[in-house]
Amino acid sequence: MAASSPGWLRRLFRDKKLGAIGLVIVLVFLFCGVFADWLAPFGMNQISPVNRLKPPSAQFWFGTDHLGRDMFSRVLYGARLSVIIGLSAASIATFISVTLGIVSGYFGGKVDMLVQRVVDAWMSFPELIILIAVVSVIGPGMPQIIGVLGLTFGIGGSRIIRGAVISVRENMYIHATQSMGAGTLRVLLRHILPNIMPPVLVLFSTRVGGVILVESGLSFLGLGVPPPAPTWGGMLSGAGRTYMYMAPWLALAPGLCLTAVVYGINVFGDALRDLLDPRMRGSR
Amino acid sequence: MPHDPPLLSVEGLKVHFPVHAGVIRRRQVGAVKAVDGVSFTVRPGETLGLVGESGCGKSTTGLAVLRMQAASAGRIVFDGTDITHSSRAALRPFRRRMQMIYQDPFGALDPRMTVADIIAEPMIVHNIGTSRAERRDRAQDLLAMVGLRPDMATRYVHEFSGGQRQRIGIARALSMQPDLLICDEPVSALDVSIQAQIVNLFESLQDRFGLAYLFIAHDLAVVRHMSDRIAVMYLGKIVEIAGRDALYARPLHPYSQALLASIAIPDPELEASRPQISVTGEVPGALNPPSGCRFHPRCPRAAAVCAREEPVLRDLGEQAVACHLV
Repeated sequence: MAASSPGWLRRLFRDKKLGAIGLVIVLVFLFCGVFADWLAPFGMNQISPVNRLKPPSAQFWFGTDHLGRDMFSRVLYGARLSVIIGLSAASIATFISVTLGIVSGYFGGKVDMLVQRVVDAWMSFPELIILIAVVSVIGPGMPQIIGVLGLTFGIGGSRIIRGAVISVRENMYIHATQSMGAGTLRVLLRHILPNIMPPVLVLFSTRVGGVILVESGLSFLGLGVPPPAPTWGGMLSGAGRTYMYMAPWLALAPGLCLTAVVYGINVFGDALRDLLDPRMRGSR
Repeated sequence: MPHDPPLLSVEGLKVHFPVHAGVIRRRQVGAVKAVDGVSFTVRPGETLGLVGESGCGKSTTGLAVLRMQAASAGRIVFDGTDITHSSRAALRPFRRRMQMIYQDPFGALDPRMTVADIIAEPMIVHNIGTSRAERRDRAQDLLAMVGLRPDMATRYVHEFSGGQRQRIGIARALSMQPDLLICDEPVSALDVSIQAQIVNLFESLQDRFGLAYLFIAHDLAVVRHMSDRIAVMYLGKIVEIAGRDALYARPLHPYSQALLASIAIPDPELEASRPQISVTGEVPGALNPPSGCRFHPRCPRAAAVCAREEPVLRDLGEQAVACHLV
């Protein structure tokens, strides 16, 4: 497949400038998250009572919060948590969606019936209930959040993939592959999967933003990554909301970072979708 | 040649699609008899044309022969082996020897694969050719064989016209060196000028490789050009099967006569003076086919016996026909 060759990366930077910018944004935030220990001028929880609620300045680039913690440092550390949660939960979700969607859509009949009723049952639970149940059993923490959000988003998204699989399955090239004696795995991986990549990529890129936002809501309820760990969602919904009028930078710093990452993932996903489609070759 | 053992022999093939009703207790209330007792043979290197109106079951017959559609009854014997109920694994060597050419050249090729990958896929599935380079070389040879340039191998399907795509589909089928090609309306989606090219390609490939064709079509001129023998289908049954020249010179079944009489003659004066045989009404549904001879409600010559008794296909030497009145 074309995706395995570095050719798509070259074409990304040549033909899809916006998508390339998206990729760079995501990589910059990943870099910041991974190397936050070296990049951050202050510790993430280092408080300084004399410097409370200071506006952005040369010393505190993004200002300080109500405990005098440096917002720039916290946003850098937040990138680690939020981007990791976003990317990994969205990856798990996409994997689950694709697996369930392909199995349900391709095999159809009784398998489809069974899988879809399980999906119905799962989706009729509010995800909050499931998360509260999990957190109360094993306690709050990042792996639980990633797992539950990945599972919940994944099962919900499988409907979209199933629909795409059903429409791809009807193509005669699938029939042709079956009639030449190819195994089911080959049909699924070489023909179905590449042809459902557009909705898969859209699903993934929208899920990243969705997961980060849901995580922020969970943090607000005390079900997310527990404070004082700096997640963007936690910063937005905690001090960001409380001091919105006195110190708008508390909400703006994590909010703008969140916007930038979600935007970056979305434009990169769109560009990747176009690049992987042979019909879009040469278009901009 | 007529005494060669048949490559493909279909005996009493039936394909019925059950119709269910009821919400709580599903019960079968009937069956669409798409193919209802069809028998024919295809000899090595021969072309059997299968003609009929849309919905008469000719495509379903082709799918059943390929085992892509389960047969409800009857036998499919390929080169002496009964494959009607063969397992998937037992079927594999036969899948290599029977290939299908599709009607729609736009849908039959995966848009996400290069032409080289499309043609090489059957070789990978059947372990023909060991290395990537070997398969690529062979894909290029096959492209040349079907009249495309070998350097087109790296392109994607959307860059080709309908006729070119049909050639790619043929190259893919040939990559397995099959004995039988099942061509389901292979030229009806193409422009007339392109149709002639593809028909010529089919003929030259047959001469070169000794391929047998089951040529499913509704275009009687194309079928006449291609076929050695022709089977005429109506509502899931073969009503007449005969050598091409015999059928076109002297069709015996009233349906065959009406079908052949519908061919327009390119000369307007001859066209105006040719005898008209009109068949009235619509094709009845295959869910509740008429009693007796299925053609009797529309047949201009129907007699009382036609509504009562179902005619069997009788061998009259060169031709076999299912009609009480012949």
